[in-house]
Amino acid sequence: MSGFWAMGDYAAYVWPAYGISAIGLLVAAVLVLRAHARAKAALARLGVKP
Amino acid sequence: MLRYANPARFMKLSSTLVPWLGGLALAALAAGLYLGFAAPPDYQQGDMVRVMFIHVPAAWIAMMAYGLMALASLIGLVQRHPLADVAAKAAAPLGALLTALGLITGSLWGRPMWGTWWVWDGRLTSFLLLLFLYLGYIALWNAIEDEMRAARAAAILALVGAVNLPIIEFSVDGGTTLHQGESILRKGGPLIASVYLWPLALMALGYTLLFFTLWLLRIRTEIMTRRARNLMLAGEA
Repeated sequence: MSGFWAMGDYAAYVWPAYGISAIGLLVAAVLVLRAHARAKAALARLGVKP
Repeated sequence: MLRYANPARFMKLSSTLVPWLGGLALAALAAGLYLGFAAPPDYQQGDMVRVMFIHVPAAWIAMMAYGLMALASLIGLVQRHPLADVAAKAAAPLGALLTALGLITGSLWGRPMWGTWWVWDGRLTSFLLLLFLYLGYIALWNAIEDEMRAARAAAILALVGAVNLPIIEFSVDGGTTLHQGESILRKGGPLIASVYLWPLALMALGYTLLFFTLWLLRIRTEIMTRRARNLMLAGEA
């Protein structure tokens, strides 16, 4: 690894920090959106438009 | 404000707001990431300075989320407003996630910069307590079956725990911490160069907007879930 990806020899700290943050926020967003869609569908089955 | 604290009005308003907030969040995060990686390495921290752009926003918004959760809890306790209880409950997992991200990114920064992953000083310990407060709050909601009672108990915990917010805030002023002092929102202006201030500000904006997007979606989910459950119960009766 060199240049940009080496992060001045701090790659082992910079990339995990960004990776974990990205995964955490992305998983949260997916879970929140899925739960929202499920709740919406459940209401729709009961004949209600939210 | 409380004019919109009516579930029907809230559902209408939030369905308009969510796509805008979400879109703006992504735009701010994209711009912040670009500027964050385009900025030159810091003369002291080198490339580790880039961790600040995700560490500081996570920690800030984790505290803001707790403040909002405590405020909603107070309104829920005093006004007995069900939407306030729902809002408080919906904020907790998001706050817990941001707190965890603040701790992890801080630890990854601390190892090369301080030479240690962790110290039991005022700032780090009070911030770890914030995580436990969030987890305790979530556990309390799950432990009490009756929703009204769960909301009351959780609200009291949230309010008692709010004492921790000023402790976190002022924990860097005593000189007994490794953590640096306030360098952004201080009298006399920020202490960091604008080449770092801009990506930090954009990332903080992105985290804030993302939090509000997910918070509104979680409140909507809870309202719809309760409505569906009430309709089913009414149908069975």
